[in-house]
Amino acid sequence: MLKQTVAACALLGAAGAALMPSTAQAEALVISNWDGYMAPDAVDSFNSATDNEAELVLHATNEEIMGKLIASKGKGYDVVFVSSPFAEVLHNLGLAEELDHDKLPNLANLYPEAQELKHDPGNAFSVPYAWGTTGLCYRSDLVEGEPDSWMVLLDPSDDLSGKTTMLATDRWLLAAGQLAKGYSVNETDPAKMEEVRDLLIDAKKTLLAYDDTTFYAKLVSGEAELVQAWDGWCNYGIAENGDIKYVVPEEGSDLWVDTMVILKNAENKEAAYEFVNFMLDPKNHGWAAENILYKVPNKPAMEGLPDDLLATYPNMTMSPEELLEFEQLRDVGESQRAYSRIVSEIKAAN
Amino acid sequence: MADRKPLYLMSPALAWLTAFMVVPCLLVLALAFFRRGIYGGIEYTFTFETIALVFDPLYASIFLKSAVIAGLAGLIASVIGYAAAYAIASMPARHQPMLLFFAVLPFWSNYLVRTYAWIVLLNREGLITAIARGLGYDGELPRLLYTESAVVVGLVYNYLPFVILACYAPLSRLNPEIAEASRDLGGSAWTTFRRITLPMTAPGIATGFVFVFVLSIGNFVTPALLGGGQFQMIGNLVYAQFLTANDWPFGAALSMVLIAIMMGLLTLQTFVTERASGARARET
Repeated sequence: MLKQTVAACALLGAAGAALMPSTAQAEALVISNWDGYMAPDAVDSFNSATDNEAELVLHATNEEIMGKLIASKGKGYDVVFVSSPFAEVLHNLGLAEELDHDKLPNLANLYPEAQELKHDPGNAFSVPYAWGTTGLCYRSDLVEGEPDSWMVLLDPSDDLSGKTTMLATDRWLLAAGQLAKGYSVNETDPAKMEEVRDLLIDAKKTLLAYDDTTFYAKLVSGEAELVQAWDGWCNYGIAENGDIKYVVPEEGSDLWVDTMVILKNAENKEAAYEFVNFMLDPKNHGWAAENILYKVPNKPAMEGLPDDLLATYPNMTMSPEELLEFEQLRDVGESQRAYSRIVSEIKAAN
Repeated sequence: MADRKPLYLMSPALAWLTAFMVVPCLLVLALAFFRRGIYGGIEYTFTFETIALVFDPLYASIFLKSAVIAGLAGLIASVIGYAAAYAIASMPARHQPMLLFFAVLPFWSNYLVRTYAWIVLLNREGLITAIARGLGYDGELPRLLYTESAVVVGLVYNYLPFVILACYAPLSRLNPEIAEASRDLGGSAWTTFRRITLPMTAPGIATGFVFVFVLSIGNFVTPALLGGGQFQMIGNLVYAQFLTANDWPFGAALSMVLIAIMMGLLTLQTFVTERASGARARET
């Protein structure tokens, strides 16, 4: 088959070469992940350890890969990394493989809590890869006291006004308001969501910007002093400036979980199982914790982390029990439309 | 028998446009008549509901807001661009090509890079603040970045060269003897400009304005970067439908209305230009 492809390419010249990747995709194991979310050599070491020819492709957002998977009915991909609400959608659409646990002996490395997550109790269709909280990341040298409430962000003091940022992604933007109001991060009651909307419109007037990607850089430069952040990304700020701290406000956080999902239509299922199992190896999974500074739900991997790392990034020490106190973002089905509309209303408000 | 050569010469371009522009546009148009499935994706039941949603006050207000920002950018760019083009056209002919070259030089760099440069300039810890501090000013400076003005500034900056080029063309073609005649007949410099130069070069301004307006109203990069995501323009809304809300039908419906507005404007502009040049042809 390969020989034929090569011959065809030689005949077709440049045009054939351009089509080559899609031909190759049908044969090799295709993994889609966010850029920099696993060891740069993870795929290579998997290939040499298991005699596979896996290929890594990147997606920038959950929504981007979801668009492709829904359009292709999951064909062309074997393993995808997506956040838990999206794993749920893949399952509901019948695109996610029902996992055969016999092929994933390393599942035993997961904390018991990570095997009973609300979106997928018993890891029927998804395997958690990283998890954590969304809270406040701030410059302790510029902000007075510890910001212990979401309202410090949403209704800032005069000193802080104009020096805060919030996440722009729909669900987390709304979560800040939902948590501040004491509602579920999956609240869909229209009256309650109107309150959340009004609160967030008022908060918008005090913001420096909405920012999903460079908020920690704004903290480092001092342009912002307090931002809504995922714990792992706050750690990137802490790495550059020791005065940056992370706190989960007293109203709580969401528990976000990024997962690995094998597609039902995968053409390389055996290799896909091998890959997921490979990633659950404490050494490989531990790499993620140590280098991208996200908590991973792998017990031996977390236990192997060096003490100085845990001292520098205190949020890495949060235990699974603590994490499980928080509610996961769930797929809200039909209400997603209402969510999108509310976000549009907030962003269009003056 | 008619000469078929033009047809042959045009066919590659026509085929290209049909395959990669007309067909995709029709597909997008078709999407606008379906609705989003519960989990994203497309539910293939024919409906007008998606298109109707575009005219909902919320989204209509975003259209209006975008039009105001794009109009403001177009207006400012027209004034600055016309003045620059006028200055270039009044220079000795041998300097003009180089000045025009400088006007389009920014196009050699990437749009994103040019926009990020404004962040470096305008942010609270940025160059302008540093200069103000260096000059001994230590009070609170007004916020420059992440404001509506920053968005307008970014749009004007990026699209100004279009106006300069559009205005330079008629200005450079203007017969200087007409202006001389006006002066000889007692018209002041201002009257000459107002009654002769401006009307005769108005199509250039119209072209420049429409260019800036059309490019601005669909822009989503500048509002996202310089507006800090706080000013949603229609381009951002379309982007969000395709890439975050996973509501392709609604994104398609918004795009179609936007394209209709742009086509209307471009047609109007062509009509105005045609009429102006037709009038001139009759005069001479």
